[in-house]
Amino acid sequence: MFEIEVNNKIIEAVPGETILSAVTRAGIKVPTLCYMKDLAPSGACRICVVEVDGMKTLVPSCSYPVQEGMKIHTNSKRAIRARKTVIELLLANHPDDCLYCVRNGNCRLQGLAEEYGIRERRFPSSKKKDHMLDATSPSIIRDQAKCILCGKCVRVCEEIQNVAAIDFVKRGSKTVIAPAFEQSLNVSSCINCGQCVLACPTGALREKSSLREVDEALHDKDKYVVIQHAPAVSVTLAEEFGLRPGVDINGLMVAALRQLGFKKIFDTSFSADLTIMEEASELVHRVTTGGKLPMMTSCSPGWIKYVEQFYPDFIDNLSTCKSPQQMLGAIIKSYFAEKEGIDPEKIFSVSIMPCVAKKFEAARPEMGRNNIFDIDAVLTTREVARLIKMAGIDFDSLTPETADLPFGTRSTAGKLFGGTGGVMEAAIRTAHYMITGKELKSLMVEDVRGLKGVKEAKVKIGDLEVGVAVVSGVGNASKILEEIKNGRKDLHFIEVMTCPGGCIAGGGQPLSTDQESIKARLHALYNIDHSETLRTSHKNKDVQKLYDEFLKEPLGHKSHELLHTHYIKREVLS
Amino acid sequence: MKEEIRKILEKHPDSKRDSLIPLLQAVQEVYGYLPKDAVVEIGKHLNLPASKIYGVATFYNQFRFQPKGKNHVMVCRGTACHVKGSLAVLEAIEQDLKIKAGQTSRDTLFSIEVVACMGACGLAPVISVNGEFHANVDPQKISEILDIYREEKKSAMEAANA
Repeated sequence: MFEIEVNNKIIEAVPGETILSAVTRAGIKVPTLCYMKDLAPSGACRICVVEVDGMKTLVPSCSYPVQEGMKIHTNSKRAIRARKTVIELLLANHPDDCLYCVRNGNCRLQGLAEEYGIRERRFPSSKKKDHMLDATSPSIIRDQAKCILCGKCVRVCEEIQNVAAIDFVKRGSKTVIAPAFEQSLNVSSCINCGQCVLACPTGALREKSSLREVDEALHDKDKYVVIQHAPAVSVTLAEEFGLRPGVDINGLMVAALRQLGFKKIFDTSFSADLTIMEEASELVHRVTTGGKLPMMTSCSPGWIKYVEQFYPDFIDNLSTCKSPQQMLGAIIKSYFAEKEGIDPEKIFSVSIMPCVAKKFEAARPEMGRNNIFDIDAVLTTREVARLIKMAGIDFDSLTPETADLPFGTRSTAGKLFGGTGGVMEAAIRTAHYMITGKELKSLMVEDVRGLKGVKEAKVKIGDLEVGVAVVSGVGNASKILEEIKNGRKDLHFIEVMTCPGGCIAGGGQPLSTDQESIKARLHALYNIDHSETLRTSHKNKDVQKLYDEFLKEPLGHKSHELLHTHYIKREVLS
Repeated sequence: MKEEIRKILEKHPDSKRDSLIPLLQAVQEVYGYLPKDAVVEIGKHLNLPASKIYGVATFYNQFRFQPKGKNHVMVCRGTACHVKGSLAVLEAIEQDLKIKAGQTSRDTLFSIEVVACMGACGLAPVISVNGEFHANVDPQKISEILDIYREEKKSAMEAANA
């Protein structure tokens, strides 16, 4: 530790850290655009420049290391002027259509223009606006006109997710960000995770919205519109309405959805319980009959596409279970439709997901029967917040309500699906019961909890020692997959969630998602698990009823028809 | 084609990501451009994603992604030529051939490449077609020059048909 002087105040700095890291710790705010915590600085945008006594030029604080005795001015006239110019130059190549932009009021560039009092366009636009809007992906829209080339999407895609679907193309003023050969996103190696959407400071990357279809269905008298909400949504939606991260508003959200006119509100955590019944049975089946091991979870559609295109040799390791979204979708248009006497073709089935890849998943051709899709529209957490705001629904005036039967009951195990390790924990609880006939002594499986990239554990189930691994963030998956390729044999079951932290940090979640909010959301899920009594999927009475009345048994004939799927090797330019 | 490309790559065993540009050059040497398959195969060889390779390759003017045309037009955009109006020359050529720099016309008769400096600054602005230099070109002269090569092609075809 040594001392440096910042804005005439003495603060402490650690040798080797950057100016930005030292001043941020001291509570001094320096704006950033291209900076990404925990990644090596790129120093691309120059918005974080500060003045250092004795240095001829301003230095980028995100990449410049502190030196003992440094005298830094973060808000000198020169630094502010330089930042202003940077913003003005960025705006020179940016359209002035904020009013029509999805990021209106929520845009870093707009925010900086406001903070720095930019009141006129000083530089006329020089960039030709002949960029194509890429709307080919079912999940993500790319609007290059709004791109400021900060490179965050490129870095998150390559350095965090290990996908590298996009990169900088060409040079200088001609630079754009694009997939290989400037092809469109739908034929690229993009896995639709949407982490780039969370990283993008402007409206250049956004989800492909389904609000219009949903709105039209809601006002169509011939349609029976139902909605399901994913486990990770109730603990994040509150943030879109200004509440602190980690507040669970499940009851209020259900009440709001009912006011919006959805005929039935179902809980995807119910079908998470159903998934566990199928998946744990599949695991037991594979272990006892010498099936392909280790089995890998299949709930996360980004991870599925990742395997299909980068590791097709592991396709048989993927559980054949559909994701909870698709399972519930299939059950709604079969069992529920039959029970209620509704023509499945009249049902418009919506889901609220923390995820943009779910939009891709719902559109997979195998996800339906007889030209009827299991799911008709997927809304992200952000989109549903817009829907609620548009309808003028005031949360203060609502009283909590519960989801509708027959798919409204859930165990806390199903709820845990929303965070990394959750599928594993739920599966262990039920697999233990299926194999030994007894419940785990302690239901909490500490080893698979938390935000570490890879967690491993050995779990004793009767005489069996089951090796499990939990991968948080698909970028951490290749290490384990390579180990298995090279002969590692001690693992039986692997959970992979595409987004680092799991669905609570999914690409459809509030744009304010950061490490702190992810922690708070995960704890909200743990709190639910600790405070309720129904904590195992196999104890869910409504799931049992579904088996009694309709499915008969896990892995049975009906299950195979409705709840299981297959995967395909994908050729993409990668 | 994949097999051929692999053969080229086999001549560079143990290469790492810092051999990317030499490998791209080696492939372009053979094909005159970088086919998609080549980018994918080089990616496998070096364990690099295709997007990265395309990013590097588009950074440099020397790499093409379409086969060269029968007449390859090189337009100098070096400093001296720039000052003498080479941008207008380039635009005139692009307009005349209805393709952009780096592309090849549909009839495969022409392709355009932009180069940084041909070392003929005294003749600026200068272009070269199939290695023949044309000095002090101005945009008005462009179609005249290009016609020479169009005619050559036509008469060659007529001769072949006769």
